[in-house]
This record gives sequence, C-alpha cells and structure tokens, in this order.
Amino acid sequence: MSSITATQDQHDDHHPTGLKRWLTTTNHKDIGTLYLVFSLIMFLFGGSMALVIRAELFQPGLQLVDPGFFNQMTTMHALIMVFGAIMPAFVGLANWMVPLMVGAPDMALPRLNNWSFWILPMAFTLLGMTLLFPGGAPAAGWTMYPPLVLQTGDAFPFLIFAVHLMGISSVLGAINIIVTIMNMRAPGMGLLKMPLFVWTWLITAYLLILVMPVLAGAVTMLLTDKYFGTSFFLAAGGGDPVMFQHIFWFFGHPEVYIMILPAFGVVSQIIPTFSRKPLFGYDSMVYATASIAFLSFIVWAHHMFTVGMPLAGQLFFMFSTMLIAVPTGVKVFNWVATMWKGAMTFETPMLFALAFVFLFTIGGFSGLMLAIAPADMQYHDTYFVVAHFHYVLVPGAAFAIMAAVYYWLPKWTGHMYNEKLGKLHFWLSAISVNVTFFPQHFVGLAGMPRRIPDYATQFADFNAISSVGAFVFGFSQLLFTYIIWSCARGGQKATDQVWEGADGLEWTVPSPAPHHTFDTPPVIK
Amino acid sequence: MSNSKLGRLAGMTTAMFLLTAISPLAHAAWEVNMPRGVTAISQEVYGLHMLIFIICCVIAFVVFGAMFYSILRHRKSLGAQPASFSHSTKAEILWTIVPCLILIGMAVPAADTLIRMEDTRGSDLSIKATGYQWKWGYEYIDEGFGFFSSLHPDHNVARQLGSGIDPASVDNYLREVDNPLVVPVGAKVRLLLTASDVIHAWWVPDFGGKKDAIPGFVNEFWFKPEETGIFRGQCAELCGRDHGFMPIVVKVVTQDEYEAWRTEQMASVSVQPAVITSETPAMAMEVSSDPAAAPAAVPEWSLETAMASGESLYNANCGACHQINGKGMPPTFPAIAGSPVATGDVEAHIEMAMNGKPGTAMAGFGPQLSDAQLAAIVTYQRNAFGNETGELVSPDQIAAHR
Repeated sequence: MSSITATQDQHDDHHPTGLKRWLTTTNHKDIGTLYLVFSLIMFLFGGSMALVIRAELFQPGLQLVDPGFFNQMTTMHALIMVFGAIMPAFVGLANWMVPLMVGAPDMALPRLNNWSFWILPMAFTLLGMTLLFPGGAPAAGWTMYPPLVLQTGDAFPFLIFAVHLMGISSVLGAINIIVTIMNMRAPGMGLLKMPLFVWTWLITAYLLILVMPVLAGAVTMLLTDKYFGTSFFLAAGGGDPVMFQHIFWFFGHPEVYIMILPAFGVVSQIIPTFSRKPLFGYDSMVYATASIAFLSFIVWAHHMFTVGMPLAGQLFFMFSTMLIAVPTGVKVFNWVATMWKGAMTFETPMLFALAFVFLFTIGGFSGLMLAIAPADMQYHDTYFVVAHFHYVLVPGAAFAIMAAVYYWLPKWTGHMYNEKLGKLHFWLSAISVNVTFFPQHFVGLAGMPRRIPDYATQFADFNAISSVGAFVFGFSQLLFTYIIWSCARGGQKATDQVWEGADGLEWTVPSPAPHHTFDTPPVIK
Repeated sequence: MSNSKLGRLAGMTTAMFLLTAISPLAHAAWEVNMPRGVTAISQEVYGLHMLIFIICCVIAFVVFGAMFYSILRHRKSLGAQPASFSHSTKAEILWTIVPCLILIGMAVPAADTLIRMEDTRGSDLSIKATGYQWKWGYEYIDEGFGFFSSLHPDHNVARQLGSGIDPASVDNYLREVDNPLVVPVGAKVRLLLTASDVIHAWWVPDFGGKKDAIPGFVNEFWFKPEETGIFRGQCAELCGRDHGFMPIVVKVVTQDEYEAWRTEQMASVSVQPAVITSETPAMAMEVSSDPAAAPAAVPEWSLETAMASGESLYNANCGACHQINGKGMPPTFPAIAGSPVATGDVEAHIEMAMNGKPGTAMAGFGPQLSDAQLAAIVTYQRNAFGNETGELVSPDQIAAHR
C-alpha cells in the first residue's frame, strides 16, 4: 500500500520510506492504516485465545489446559479485544475518515496522533509478555476486581501500566478528534451538517476523556494497595472491595458505549448509501446518541445488582438502565425507516450493516432483560450475560468495523475488494456467530456461570455447538485478512464515488485518496 | 433478499442439524430456560423473565417484520424507486412515547418483586455462609454448629486435567459436595454471606437468585423452599483458579428430618472443629481446648495414623494449589516436594500452615482446621513427596502455636 500512496502523492513533500515512514508519520491516513492493521492483528491474537477457551469448553472435564491458564485466557482475551481490537479499530476509522468527511487536510494535532498510536504497541507488549512469565498472565478477569486481582504475581504491575498506557493513548486520540471536529470543518459545515459517523465519534471522544482517567485512578489504587500498603479496597484496613466495582463500572459502562457509538455512526453512513435514500431522522439520531452518552453515566451499578446495594439504589439503577432502551429504540426505528421504500442493493458492507441492525437489536433485547434487577439476580455472572455482551460486541461492534472496512476499502486502496469472497466472509461470519453465541443464552438461563473451565454435564451439548461455531467464526476471519491483503495489492479499479448511492465529502476525492487531501477547503452546499 | 433470507434459513438448518447430530450424546434434557424454582420469589422471577421475554419477542416481530418486508420488497433489483422522505415528526414522537409506556409496564411488576426480595425480616433460621478459596463454610448461628462444604472427593479426582474419568460417569458432575447444607422445608432461611479471602457469590438457581459474599462485609439473602429435594448450584463470582469447582448443594428436608439431623450435628459438634470461620477465633480456641474435642485418634498419635489422615486432609485442603502430587505450580503455587518450608524448621512450617502468606492465595488454615487435622497435614507434608524428614508433628505443637 505504501507504494500506492507514494505514487499518488501530488506534493513534493519528502517523507521517509520503509519502516521509518511508519514510525515517524504524522499523516492521518498512514496513522489510520497503522491503527487498523494493529487492531486486526490484536483481533486475531485475542481471537485465538477465545479458541483456547472454546476448545477447553467443547466437552465437560478438563482436557487441554489448567484452570489457572484458562482464567489467564479469559482475562487476556477480554483486555485484548476491548482495548486492542475494537477501540483502536474505531480510532483508525476516525483517523482515516473524520478529516475526509469534514473536509480537513489532516488531524489537528498530527504529532500527538503519531504518539497516541505508538503507545499502543508498547502497552500490548507489556501486557502480552506476561504470558511468558513463570507465574503467567493476569487471571482475575478484565474487570480486575480486588481482592482477587491483588493475588496476581509478577504480571500485576505490567497489567496496571499497560492499562495506564492504553488509557493515555485513548485520551490523546480523543483530544485530537475533538479538536479536529471542532476547529477544522470546511467552511459551511455546521455541526448539524456533519455526517453521523463524525457526530458519534465526537460524542465518543468526550466519553473517553471523561472516563479513561477514572479507570487510571482505579488501577492506581490497586497498585498502591498491592505494593504501598494502602487499603482502598481491603476491608482489613478499613477499605471496601465494592468501591472498586463502583469506580470501575463508572468507567466501564460509558466504555460500553465507546465501543458501540462509532458503530452506530458507521451503520448510519452505510444504510442510506445502499438504500439510495437519505438517513431517516438525522436530528433525532444526533439527539439519541447524546442521550445514550448521558445515560451511560448514571447506570453503572446495573453491573452490580448482586453486591448488596440498598433497595433504593437498585431501583434507581434499574429504572435508569431501562430508559436507555428509548434512544436506542429510536436509532433502530430510524434505520428501518431509512430502508423503508428505498431501492436497496446488498453489497458486503450493506450485508454487515443489516446483520448489525438485526443482531445488535437481539443483544439490546437481552440487555433490557438484564436491566430488570430481580431477574438479573438469576442472569448475573452466567453465560446469558456472556451471550448478551458478545451479541453487542461481535455482530455489533465488530460487524460494524467489518462493514466500514468493506465500505471504505476501495477509497483507501483504490481497488474494489473481491465481492464474492466478501459475501462468503459475511455468510460464514453471520451464521457462525449465531451458532457460537445463541446457545450461550440457553446454558446461561439453565444455570451455567461464566468464567469456568469445566461444567456440569447438562450443559455439554450447547457448549459443543458453541465451540464448533467459534472455530468456524475464528477461521473465517483469516479469509477477511486475505480479502484486505489482496485488495491492497490490486484489483478492479475503484471509481471516486465507489458506491452508486454514496454521498459525502470522502467520495469527492480520488480513489485511492491521495496522501494529502483538502489542502483547499471544499465548498459545502 | 431471497439470497440473504436463504442464508439465514441455511444458518438455522445448520444449527438444527448440529443439534440432532449431537443429541444422542445428551446426558440430560435440553434445558433452554430459567428454572421455575421452588420458592415463591423464584417463581415470580421466572414470571418476570417470561413477561419481558414475550414483550421483546412482540417488539422484535414488529421491527424485524418491517425490516424484512423492506429488504424483500424495496430492492433495486425489483425496480424499486427510492422515496425521498427523511423524517416524520409524527412517527418519531410515536416511537418515543410507546416504548416509554411499555417500559413503565415492565418497571412496575419488577419493582414490586424487587421490594419483596429485599425483605429479609421474619426469618426462621439464620445460617452464616463464608466463601473460601475454594469451598463454603456454613455456620448455623443459633444452633452453634457448622461445617465446611467442598467439592466431593470423587469429583475432585475426576475433574483433574487428564484424569481419564468420563464426567458423564460421575453423577451430578461438579455439583456434589461432601457436606451439603440442610434446611427444613417451608422455613424462611436467611443466609448471612461473607468471605475470608476474595469475593465469591452464592447461587442456587432454584432459589431465585444469587448474592455476593464479600470479605469484610456481610450480605443478606433469603429463601423459603416450598418443596423437599436436593438443589444444586455453584459459586458465581470469579474467585481464582478453582472458581469452577466450589459447588453448593442444599438438601431441603421435612421438619422432622431436619430436627433429627440437627440433633446429630449438635451432638457431634465437639468433634467437628472444622467449623469455625476466621471471624470467630475465640470459638475456635474454645473448641480445640475442650478435652472432648480431641478426635479419637489422638491417644495413639503415630506417624502412620497422622500420614493416613494427613493425606486425605491434604488432598482436600491443599491439593487444589500445591497439587496432589506435591509438585505445585511454581511460582504461583510452590511445590511441597523438596520445599525449604516443608523440609526446614518445623515451627516456620506450622506458622505458614496456620497463618498463611499475606498477599498471596495462601490462606491461614489455623481458624479452619483442628489441632489434630493441622498436625496431620504438616506431618504428611514433611514426610510425603520424598521429603522423608521422619518428623511427627503432634497436635500439642499446633495448640502451643495458637
């Protein structure tokens, strides 16, 4: 890809080539590519850990791994997927697309942009190397609840500092995105003329700035509890283990929306394009996104209904959580209304976007069920929860990322991807994701707790099905990798507009997008 | 859309085929739903769960119906011309208000049940349940007896990595304990939940819910079983390596059977010192200093008897981390074989066994086990796995250390 962008370069700037180009780049397109490639690698790495988990759970009895290693896998899988795959992928999309969509020549803070990316490989090296430690990787779950997490061995400080670095990277990225959107829009592009992807990222960036420092504070308190004799979370010293959960989920719930709001944005770009019809209810989409972001700060304790909160607290968090269904519902209705009376075609990005609407909504329904506090006493910490959050994160966030990649890949590379293979990748993924996660609703309701390496025999059959689905899903992603690789190398030439129904500034620049775009601001009608 | 619809159908059919292909191996019915349970609360919770589920299904039918209709009919390949509308205030207000009303309809019965769930007053029986890595300790507060409840030894063997034992050949695999909790039918049982090391959660699905057991804090949970029977569950909060192996079994018996069981327990309380939780060291002292507390084996305390009882006690209490072969899993769980502690100064060894090592998973077993039990374990560790110190540790040495 480097040769392509280099030859397309119409400016006589003299940037270095080879590895040094990528290390020192301040170009938003290069950095976007770095983020996306990094997140794909992490996706495959974290996914292979999921396959270790599913292989062990294929049958009851312990066949493959020690229970301690199993816990390392669940912990590392979650940390890598959340902080290494989903979040950087969305930041990569923002880097590539936000300047193109608002008509800016680059991100507002290009050097900061380079730094926010290059922190990430360091963070994940710190985290990943713990797998090689004699005591193994962190194994207390990605939620890092004390006192359990304080039993972690030498991996503990590596976990804490890796989380700090991931947080710094996210906050720097978020600052850059906000400054770009606020200051660098082309003349005439009012806030309510911005594409929805830009809007959802603007709101997401604010969420990041507000909550990542909270996580940093929480893990710092863990660090001092472990090494410096404090007792923030230790009852023996007058602390409270539940306080950690409150602080963690005050970060954790907005984090959930950090991973899904940009997905809403992506889908809101793709559905109108392939329905050949403007997005239905643009204003209400913006307001719904903002409402979801606001509500995300007052619902955190719904992750903690079983810790023994006062009744009034449980009622408050139950009601506030249920409220989220209203703006989320508005979004789903708006997408359906966008399709209504359109003239739809079903290229790969559209297929992923439609699957997103369908399957994310299923995850939304189970989310509504989980909000009902008395029923959550049964659902909590079971596979029903595992099914729920994987429905919103895999066919939710990850499918939206895949949709975005197929949608904008021709703009990035100048080539059309292989549509046949794209469709094959979609159907393999869409079917196997359901085979994997749908049966987990059943075992969860029937009483299987999450995070266990072995289980009672009545859960055997659904677990076997789930494992089969997981392996198909996992290996399908190698096809995805191949499609991207081959598209970067060549293929049918893409037009500037790429898609018949596509509308927006990013489609006015050539394909592939030249190294520098919008040096002169475009004119907004 | 016929293409994508076919695909979906294909997906469902694949799943169905998979189901039928594997079902001959099924050991139990295909359980797909929450149990109704055996308490009034659990049945209310089931009702709520089904109510919300059905409401979700109706909404799904409408929304997905519109979506699939549109996908089928409004496609370019059928010559559809795109409309140009981009909003409808009327529709948007409607689909904001209607969900609000539906939510209110869900919130009222949910709040009603929640209020009843949290009412722990008027209980007939209070039991303190303490979570340990990885077993439960139960203490019948008013009766003054208690016991530990761990994964059944047979299951503990079967669940080891590469044990070669088919889980299907073990009844209630991983859901069996050595000492089940016993409660009378129809009594409102109040559990006082706490933990000695990390957070655990006590969950029996048939009783309608779970509650966290948090070190340093006491949580309340109650259930009033309306049927006799054996009900099974397990720890629901990740609590370390053997989180998956700390089951909960509750025997709900008739009032008469309960009385008989209770009398038996109270009679044997003095020889059941493995009872007392870390929060009650005074009681532990009392039990162990009681002359009647000494197990029958003590008068003839010898290397052979100590090794014999030490082995089973070691396997039950230490084997999860230090492994039954004594090799441990260094560095997290050090080996006992050849360990400087188990072959060095005996006092340091007793200190480690009784008070643990802070900041690690090594718990102090002083409050959990009797003098004789600890002496047996320490003796076993000092002589098994090739340690061969030939030393016999007596219960008096443990008592002197307390």
